[in-house]
Amino acid sequence: MEKALEVSGLSISFGGLKAVSNMSLTVNKGEIVALIGPNGAGKTTFFNCVTGLYRPNSGTVRLNHPERGEIDLKGLAPHVITSLGLARTFQNIRLFSKMTVLENVMMGMHSRTKAGIFTALTGSRYARAEEQRIVDESYELLEFLNLQKLYKANAKSLPYGDQRRLEIARALAAAPLVLLLDEPAAGMNPHETLELKELVRQIRDRFKLSVLLIEHDMSMVMSLSDRVYVMEYGSPIADGKPADVSRDPAVIKAYLGEEYNA
Amino acid sequence: MYLIKRSLLVSIWFVLLTLPLLAVKVDTTNETLIWRWENMLYVAVSAFVLYMLWLLAMRWRSRQRRSEELAQPRVHNLYSTITDNKVIVGAFNLILLAILVLLPLLSSGYQINIWTTALIYVILGLGLNIVVGFAGQLVLGYAAFYAVGAYTFGLLHQNFGVGFWVALPCGAAVAGFFGILVSLPVIRLRGDYLAIVTLGFGEITRLVLENWIEVTNGPGGISNIPRPALFNLELSDTGTAVWVYYIVLLFMLIAFISLLRLKNSRVGRSWIAVSEDETASEVMGINTTWAKLTAFALSAVWAGIAGVLFATKTRFINPDSFTFMDSALFLCIVVLGGMGSVYGMLLGAFAIALLPEYLRAFSEYRMLLFGAAMVLMMIFRPQGLIPPKARQYRVSKLLGKEAQS
Ligand SMILES: Nc1ncnc2c1ncn2[C@@H]1O[C@H](COP(=O)(O)OP(=O)(O)OP(=O)(O)O)[C@@H](O)[C@H]1O
Ligand SMILES: [Mg+2]
Repeated sequence: MEKALEVSGLSISFGGLKAVSNMSLTVNKGEIVALIGPNGAGKTTFFNCVTGLYRPNSGTVRLNHPERGEIDLKGLAPHVITSLGLARTFQNIRLFSKMTVLENVMMGMHSRTKAGIFTALTGSRYARAEEQRIVDESYELLEFLNLQKLYKANAKSLPYGDQRRLEIARALAAAPLVLLLDEPAAGMNPHETLELKELVRQIRDRFKLSVLLIEHDMSMVMSLSDRVYVMEYGSPIADGKPADVSRDPAVIKAYLGEEYNA
Repeated sequence: MYLIKRSLLVSIWFVLLTLPLLAVKVDTTNETLIWRWENMLYVAVSAFVLYMLWLLAMRWRSRQRRSEELAQPRVHNLYSTITDNKVIVGAFNLILLAILVLLPLLSSGYQINIWTTALIYVILGLGLNIVVGFAGQLVLGYAAFYAVGAYTFGLLHQNFGVGFWVALPCGAAVAGFFGILVSLPVIRLRGDYLAIVTLGFGEITRLVLENWIEVTNGPGGISNIPRPALFNLELSDTGTAVWVYYIVLLFMLIAFISLLRLKNSRVGRSWIAVSEDETASEVMGINTTWAKLTAFALSAVWAGIAGVLFATKTRFINPDSFTFMDSALFLCIVVLGGMGSVYGMLLGAFAIALLPEYLRAFSEYRMLLFGAAMVLMMIFRPQGLIPPKARQYRVSKLLGKEAQS
């Protein structure tokens, strides 16, 4: 299978705290991979390192780019990493609250568009065409997520579950190769979680991308993911097929708890 | 009842506080104390009334807040119905433009001067709004870039006899250059470093202008700055004032239209995104350093242009026109008009520039009144007099449907 994203030996520490140590992870093309672990295990920190928000102390992050081959993402700025093909959502929703739903999605297209100050000032035909194109494309993305009716609404006026999905739409707008979702089901009701599961599959199939997601909802992880990685105290403790991982004694002890086994 | 009790307490507190200052007076000739109890009465009554008004206002505000939270987002309030209507907005723009164009024909030279200043303030408000309102970076020394523009013209003329039309792009470029130079070291950092650095730059600029006498002539300033040429025509005093007015109006319109365009562009949206959440912006693919830098440089360029216009209008410049007070005043325009709002700058600048002129009686208390206005604005209308308006997008798919329904 062809690799999409390969992280190896990634470590970062804050002062004395080793938030992530020697973490390796691979996402193959078209795969849905889950990253689980107890609170404070370092999952979000791992995402932050991969997307360039934090600078890891060591390790490599390699992205397989269809045109440019293997690229080492380590040390690149976040906006460059996004333009190369990684997009993410945030655990604590970070939508632009001064903007409408549509504008939030348009922001996701920033790295795919070019209009600069001068084209904007002169109102060039190129800038206007590009603007119309991203308006229409953003609207289509909203249709895909069934948020199109709300496109004029302020992003923060949406219900919680819709805000999560809007973040996904915004990330998709960057046309990523790998989509990173940080606890997409957090705060959703069971019905919404079920829909989300279906949605993630649809996204993978329709946009031909790979998904790496952090999730605490075990039923979602088990039925959705092709492979699972488990972290504890910043270190990897297990990985493999969901069924195998859920039987792993170390994982049960660290995360799932005895009752899950029963 | 609570209101009266609190207000009474506050008024007693104020009386005690001001007692030694206002009530006791030493009569040095007779070596006696004079007790001025009537002063205390004024203090007590005014503190009581003001505090009561304050409490009422706070109450009104919290009620407002609550009703806003309860209400569904009001999509169709009166304000947005009016501002969404293309015909009304177009008509409003036309009338406004007509007034501004016809103004000098209907007023005296003195009036024209005041209005020219007001238009320069609009340009400054618009320019400052790029970095403060759009990109969300506080700038406390904007007057310095204004000064750079003005002195560029003054010095170029003094030393090389350069005229207005050549000095204009030079002033813009030099101010932009200083903008980049000043911000480059700190623009990558988050937080209010830009505010501190520009505050420092503002003071340094003023000190240099005051003390580098060989070049800037210090507090004496530079005089005899030329008016813009008009095909070698000899104009009367009022004639040149009108001519300068129209030039300033032209640049104000250019600034205005370019801000409207920028605001609704990819670049403008990236500035607004950066002002809201730098981390999210970076992850959306925005080069936040570049975004902040361009916003600041563009802002400085407009200050430079305004500086050249100011120099040609007054024909005399000295460091007194570029103090921290002026920087604060420009910031007032932005806050008053509405951060990120383009139309708001008209209102903000006119209020700041014209009110003191037409209400001469208050001009001594100008700063006090502006200060009070700022505090009240922050509490009751933090978004400014004219908050920025959400743009209406036309989705191709919906155009047909909306026409049908
Ligand atoms: N910028 C930072 N500075 C210092 N410590 C940090 C920083 N970011 C994360 N940490 C620490 O790193 C550890 C891992 O945090 P992280 O947010 O990655 O956990 P997580 O696995 O995402 O947990 P959760 O399931 O609660 O989201 C925590 O102890 C946290 O306090
Ligand atoms: Mg987390």
